[in-house]
Amino acid sequence: MTPRRSVILDLCVQAEFHTLLLLSLYLLFAGHNQPGGGFAGGLVASCAFGLRFVAGGSSALSRSISVPAITFLGVGMLFAILTGCVSLLTGHEFLESAIFSADLMVLGTVKASSVLFFDIGVYLVVLGMSLLLLEQLGGADGTDPDEVQP
Amino acid sequence: MSVLLVLPIILPLLAAALAIVASHHRTLQRIVAVGALIAVAVDSAFLLAVVERDGVQSVQMGAWPAPLGITLVVDMFSALMLVISMVTVLSVLIYAIGQPGVDQDQPVFHPVYLVMTAGVALSFTTGDLFNLFVAYEITLAASYVLITLGGRREQIRSGMTYIIINLLASTLFVVGIAWVYAATGTVNMADLAVKIAQLPSGTQTALSMFLLVVFGIKAAIFPLFFWLPDSYPTARMPVTAVFAGLLTKVGVYSIIRTQTLLFPQNRPSTILLVCAGLTMAIGVLGAIAQNDMKRILSFHIVSQIGYMILGLGLFSVAGVAGTVFFIFHQIPVKTALFLATGLVEQSTGSTALSKVGGMIRRTPLVAGLFLLAALSLAGIPPFSGFVGKLGIIQAGFGAGEYAIVGVSLVVSLLTLFSMIKIWNGVFLGTPEDPTLRLASATSEERLSTPVLMRGATVALVGVTLAIALFAGTLFDLSERAAQGLLDPSAYIQQVLG
Amino acid sequence: MSFFSALIVAVLFSVGVYLLLQRTLSRIILGLALMAHSANLLLMVVGGRAGKAPIVGAFGPEDSVADPLPQALALTAIVISFGVIAFLLAVAYRSWVLTQDDEVEDDLEDARIAQLGEAEMRRWWSRPK
Repeated sequence: MTPRRSVILDLCVQAEFHTLLLLSLYLLFAGHNQPGGGFAGGLVASCAFGLRFVAGGSSALSRSISVPAITFLGVGMLFAILTGCVSLLTGHEFLESAIFSADLMVLGTVKASSVLFFDIGVYLVVLGMSLLLLEQLGGADGTDPDEVQP
Repeated sequence: MSVLLVLPIILPLLAAALAIVASHHRTLQRIVAVGALIAVAVDSAFLLAVVERDGVQSVQMGAWPAPLGITLVVDMFSALMLVISMVTVLSVLIYAIGQPGVDQDQPVFHPVYLVMTAGVALSFTTGDLFNLFVAYEITLAASYVLITLGGRREQIRSGMTYIIINLLASTLFVVGIAWVYAATGTVNMADLAVKIAQLPSGTQTALSMFLLVVFGIKAAIFPLFFWLPDSYPTARMPVTAVFAGLLTKVGVYSIIRTQTLLFPQNRPSTILLVCAGLTMAIGVLGAIAQNDMKRILSFHIVSQIGYMILGLGLFSVAGVAGTVFFIFHQIPVKTALFLATGLVEQSTGSTALSKVGGMIRRTPLVAGLFLLAALSLAGIPPFSGFVGKLGIIQAGFGAGEYAIVGVSLVVSLLTLFSMIKIWNGVFLGTPEDPTLRLASATSEERLSTPVLMRGATVALVGVTLAIALFAGTLFDLSERAAQGLLDPSAYIQQVLG
Repeated sequence: MSFFSALIVAVLFSVGVYLLLQRTLSRIILGLALMAHSANLLLMVVGGRAGKAPIVGAFGPEDSVADPLPQALALTAIVISFGVIAFLLAVAYRSWVLTQDDEVEDDLEDARIAQLGEAEMRRWWSRPK
């Protein structure tokens, strides 16, 4: 028997979902010099998808994302390791970081660190892990307690 | 040259990421995994050659200078451990690919196996106490997945025990690191070696014993080993084999590293010797009481750990050299025994001594492989086990610890007894259970097992025979490793400059 | 700050140990989580007093700066415990799906050997004198 969906929760999630994702991206980019970073950003993004799951169940969750969750994990890991390898290939030590700064016309001097790519990898890994959790423990794969073979 | 040090960690992780992305193409996963492990094994052999020629090697991750940054240090001991563990991991991977049902319907087997390899490599090469914790957690998290892969009832039950005990040990490890940091202000091992020597001796003893307990849970020494025979036998055989051969030895490696580098002593340590004696004795007595091959061998893991702690507890060059050689010999022998047991299980469906019998006629190759590995475990000359045990016993006589040497000789005899019990029960005699697969075929027909499984086991037993053949050279390398361990000034100088 | 923080660490750890010794799996997991949290809090406590942000070049020699290393250690430990406890929860869910109860089961081989031992004892005590 499907539980009744709460209208208030549905509307609130519609309002908050995209805001939460934007907040998670902000935390990701601001994480180098202020509180935040890849892990915090990934957790906030997972909260967004978790809200979708709580409001609508596993069907709403699987509608909200088209890539399988395990791909997030793999791509995130690749990002993180390749960031370290790039520094190896350019003659520095493994995981050595560099700071790039550029003078853009409207925004002024913009600085970014190569650690950002590592953080993006961490973000994707955390997001992928939470999506996998919600998918597996949320019963989306149809594990019915009465039909499982021990 | 610094690339050699980081490759054993990067390559498996990169291969794991690729294997996750390619999770629906089993062949691609296998190629990536085997290729990465072959590259890592070759790299660790090169690393051993470099360390043998040039001494301790180190590299700072991220180019942050020591003692602030994370150091990767490889001395002779780490290089020996890396080589033998990477070779063993490669053989077990090939065995697992050959065994039907291990990786066919499990898209995460290869990524998780590679992540575990990366964790083991990192724990052998790191020179930073918190990085050791991270390496442990990488290995453990991957092992949690491997031990519950398959999701059947007994796997979940024993996997649960394994996870809870190791999570407890990890929490205690964090507490230990917090106390070490509070006492000294650093977590870099070379820096700790300098700073711990300046602490009051009560604080030193407290930190030393706490870290001994934490690593002792992982290494399964007395009185902390009770989780091991409960959880190891129920996983799939390649998983049990690699756990038996590697993961407890990582714990022993950490005990050796911390007890020699951070808390150096030059007299035999009573507590380590007593622990070693009790571990050996209780392990082998537990093995005698069992009736299933996997359980007997699991108890033997515990018993052999006792030998390694015995050699360490003597704190002499001969003792530690014996321990280093013993670990080097034990990793492939233990794994080979479990792989041979897996071959028996693959052909008959059971490993209980009461049910299986007469395997010497049905699978003579498996019987031969098991015989070679079992004789090496029991310490019969000319196999590598004999050299290892002889080294430790001679060191014991040299240090004057006759009681513990007596215990170890009796335990060796009992080990031989339980190996003969397995031999009689499984390979000689006749099968006693009519419901077994092997009894339904004609009674003298040869049973076949997949080629990759047999090939991997043959290769690993070949490695143990090679260790026996080159025991002289390897024992010299072990002595050099022991000297570097008991006198860590070269290590400290290489890291701190 | 230090005394109360140390007290909280001790209380969390003891509650965690008490829960760890229970029979039902969900309480064991809660106990492990509490112990992990207390260990992370201990890492922060040994970092010393709170202070200014440790940015290079932004403070003089008299300023008290927060120690960044325990913060990094604690963050890493939190992430690790997040992953492992999530996995433990998944295993507990699977166990519930398979057995419909929440308890940690005994080891059958252990029980068998214990029974063998008891039978031996009874035979020894009731042997003809």
